[in-house]
Amino acid sequence: MDANLKREIILDNYQNPQNKGLPKDDSYKQVNSRNESCVDNITVGAKIVTGKIEDIKFDGDACAICTSCSSVMTKALKGKTVEEAEIIIDNFDRMINEKPYNEDILGELNIYNEVYKQPSRKKCALLPMDAVKKIIDEE
Amino acid sequence: MNREDFEIFNDGLIYFDNAATTQKPKQVVNSIVEYYTKYTANAHRGDYDISLKVDEKYEGVREKVKELINAKSSKEIIFTKGSTESFNNIIFGFMSHYLKRDDEIILSKGEHASNLLPWMVLSKQLGFKIVYADLEDDYSLSVQKIKEKITDKTKVVSIAHVTNAIGDVRPVNEIGKLCNENNILFVVDATQSIGHMKVDVEDAFISFLAFSAHKMLGPTGVGVLYGKEELLERIIPLEYGGGMNAMFYSSGEYELKELPHRLEAGTRNIAGVIGLGAAIDYLNNIGLDNIHKYEMKLKKYLIDKIKTVPNVKLYNESIDSGILLFNLGEYFSQDVAIFLNNYKICIRAGNHCAKMLQEVIDKTNTCRVSLYFYNTKEEIDKLIEVLLNQDKIFDTIV
Repeated sequence: MDANLKREIILDNYQNPQNKGLPKDDSYKQVNSRNESCVDNITVGAKIVTGKIEDIKFDGDACAICTSCSSVMTKALKGKTVEEAEIIIDNFDRMINEKPYNEDILGELNIYNEVYKQPSRKKCALLPMDAVKKIIDEE
Repeated sequence: MNREDFEIFNDGLIYFDNAATTQKPKQVVNSIVEYYTKYTANAHRGDYDISLKVDEKYEGVREKVKELINAKSSKEIIFTKGSTESFNNIIFGFMSHYLKRDDEIILSKGEHASNLLPWMVLSKQLGFKIVYADLEDDYSLSVQKIKEKITDKTKVVSIAHVTNAIGDVRPVNEIGKLCNENNILFVVDATQSIGHMKVDVEDAFISFLAFSAHKMLGPTGVGVLYGKEELLERIIPLEYGGGMNAMFYSSGEYELKELPHRLEAGTRNIAGVIGLGAAIDYLNNIGLDNIHKYEMKLKKYLIDKIKTVPNVKLYNESIDSGILLFNLGEYFSQDVAIFLNNYKICIRAGNHCAKMLQEVIDKTNTCRVSLYFYNTKEEIDKLIEVLLNQDKIFDTIV
């Protein structure tokens, strides 16, 4: 994908993030995820009903990569089964950590395929997925 | 000033993160290399020349520290691995048997984690109350705000001389006098001030003081615990082993060494202590007053210049240290820091390890520029030039 296009999608999701704002609803399980370097701080909330992510939202204060990635991730995971979500999360993790991965199932998340070039940004991209992993693990 | 002593600047690096750690001049590095290449031996052990030289050097640094902070005796100087260990000695080695359930201690929400967390842990164990002094509107801490919290139960006031997140310089002499008059122990974290301005434990009636070498041109992994002799005598060592015992028997009896060695168990960071000594010599050669004056001049220049950048918000321009906090419009601080990194400019983004401050300031994610004597106006000009190009901030995001 062209770098300009990738940048445009990232900035669009940063400036106009989708699924931002957590509902005051107990059926959403929430997990806070922080970057140890004292910067990004986001919370992801997911409503999982009979093994399916019916809705997923996030909120918080984070950098362009973390915020946009939270937005793109929620779009990618909404409506997926937990098993499907786990495969997406695993492949995203592999992509960020420069291991072999299946780009076909990552869709729009492929815009982060060069984040590994900026090591300080890797944690930012992984933070929202880490929160979802914890939510699924606690299910 | 003195940039020729810092090899790291030869390739155009602009380092504005001096509150995190400072760069090291070649004199400090060479002193460490010399120990490792010319006279490596343990301290307080041998009868041979190089071991005696180590003793002389190591104990010589204790004298230098004593002079630097105007302590009464070199017995009052303990080498630790840094401020954090110094604080843990004060809090778990002394306060754990000094404080009682009904006592109160005064801290502020602007303190570094090392001066908050150990107190919080001990307070949970003993039940004493932690009282937080209020900050002024500019987030500084005044004598008055401490005074307001003092009761007949107050046993300790523990604060930083200069805070790492706001950079405000606390009036330690006045606060120390107040504590002294009220029979309150005064604990001071001098980590951010020691390499930038004079710290005098006598003038400020300081009971315990902590600092790290690495924020004053010295190596990492070494620091100092100062305590008045009668207080240090009452610290129960947290570590036992070699170097700190006088004798021990299978009957279970043992005898510990006198101060300062009783509180320096195991082989210490000898190279680090020697490096700290070289750092003190280096600072004394320039003069702490000259350093402070230069930093303030540079800070004024930075403030004047940064105000010409559109969308800049400053948080602490009135404070009297080389630390400036700012944000650039709505940009997240980390995005600004990564953008500046593209131009080899190092600044810090985030909440600067003072996590309680978010209860006081609504915007805790900030960019922090912290200056030192080797920074220049030209470096500030470069920073401003890049900030003026803020519309390019995301050009290199992928």
